[in-house]
Amino acid sequence: MPKVTYVHPNGAREVLDVPLGTSVMRAAIVNGIDGIVAECGGEMMCATCHVYVEPEQLDRTPAQSDDEKAMLEFTASERKPNSRLSCQLVATPELDGLVVYLPETQV
Amino acid sequence: MPAPVVAIIGAGQAGFQAAASLRDAGFAGRIVLVGDEPVLPYQRPPLSKSYLAGQSGADDLWLRPAEFYAKQQIDLIYGDAVTAIDRGQHRLHLASGIEFSWDHLLFATGAGCRPLAVPGAELDGVLTLRTLADADALRQRLEEAREVVVVGAGFIGLEFAAVALARGTAVHIIEVTHKPMGRVVSEPVSRFFTEAHMGWGAEVALGTGVVRILGDGGRVAGVDTTDGRRISADLILICIGVIPNAELARNAGLAIDDGIVVDEYLVTSDPAISAIGDCANFPTPFAPVRVRLESVQNAVDQGRCVADRVAGRPVPYQKVPWFWSDQGDLKLQIAGITIGHDTSVLRGDPAARNFSVFCFRGGRLIGVESVNRTADHVIARRLLAGDPALSPEQAADESFDLRAHARRLPGR
Repeated sequence: MPKVTYVHPNGAREVLDVPLGTSVMRAAIVNGIDGIVAECGGEMMCATCHVYVEPEQLDRTPAQSDDEKAMLEFTASERKPNSRLSCQLVATPELDGLVVYLPETQV
Repeated sequence: MPAPVVAIIGAGQAGFQAAASLRDAGFAGRIVLVGDEPVLPYQRPPLSKSYLAGQSGADDLWLRPAEFYAKQQIDLIYGDAVTAIDRGQHRLHLASGIEFSWDHLLFATGAGCRPLAVPGAELDGVLTLRTLADADALRQRLEEAREVVVVGAGFIGLEFAAVALARGTAVHIIEVTHKPMGRVVSEPVSRFFTEAHMGWGAEVALGTGVVRILGDGGRVAGVDTTDGRRISADLILICIGVIPNAELARNAGLAIDDGIVVDEYLVTSDPAISAIGDCANFPTPFAPVRVRLESVQNAVDQGRCVADRVAGRPVPYQKVPWFWSDQGDLKLQIAGITIGHDTSVLRGDPAARNFSVFCFRGGRLIGVESVNRTADHVIARRLLAGDPALSPEQAADESFDLRAHARRLPGR
């Protein structure tokens, strides 16, 4: 299973084994990682599962859809070039070792 | 002085959110969250969409895992029902015999399916869709069904119809009005979705009601319609809207009018009692009349609003309403409340399944309905957060840069 590291704003790190086909968002919810709110449940109607992807790993992540780009306008923390909605980061073998940084706030 | 107690009746999206947000807001007292379903709090929207289609499982529905409630010190009591509220003594009585005192009481009781009062409605194979148990029963029945009748063409009915059609099941949609989703969307969007369902193979009967449901050995066999037809069916979904769960509140003497009446702070006629989500009837800057909204957004934002107030930071509830519906390859996104508009203009191309309808009242933008056009939806939510300062001509003109316009507005 791909390992994903979640880095909290205070630097604390949590590592999860994310089953293939499960999103980085859902894995965080199921495992009780604070900092992912996921208000809409992964329907791309909100931006409360916002993460910053380790910049060097951006090319490993799936391409952003137009819908994700549009919804990223609603992030409560600053939108950066490495901003993603974690509901759209579905675990694949390529994502093994992914590091995502949680924003200061989601709402 | 003992720590204050907030009791929340209803562990759906709104009740869950209020409990979670109370802790986020620093509330240090006791939180008791009571739900009458025998499962952890879960998301309802997938029940008529991905869950029904078998694309997601129950484990994808839980709002949070069981450990969350322990960690946040939220006393979650599920599979138990509140039977009585003593407003004078601030006591709550549960069916299991549990009793406790509260300082603030929060109704998040949701809504229940409106029953269809016709002969045969009790037959095996006549279902509704509201709860996880409903969805499990429906999912199982749908696997065996060859011909289904959907009574009521609202969001739930049409989402179910789209899932059934995608499976290759024959679908008849019966709607008593002439306008599917008419309580929520404009004429062009209603017509577009009606035609989309016909394109997917549904038979759609508008202006038509059900006279009786026919049975064969206790199982459903079909319906007789008001236009004199007999349609055979082995599964019937009744989805003709909901009734807010307000009986407990009514019995407790609170003001009721299509839901539990609250003010702009979501407080009922008793200052120690609030109501949020599907069961709350509230005033809003987004409509000329009081409204009761059934949506994730409304449940979540009202849960937060009440939590902030109870934690000592009262703010009136004024969030922009938004809604969505997934039907086949179509994603409908609505910002604002478009009912009562006097003008609507089209942006984009319905033939390309990519368009928005901008709705105005008295020259002011009041809501936008988008089909496969998230960018417009996002901008609409921004525009509606203040004075949109947008004319129908600008909205209809695709060369007019809506995003740039939204960015120029103060505070957005």
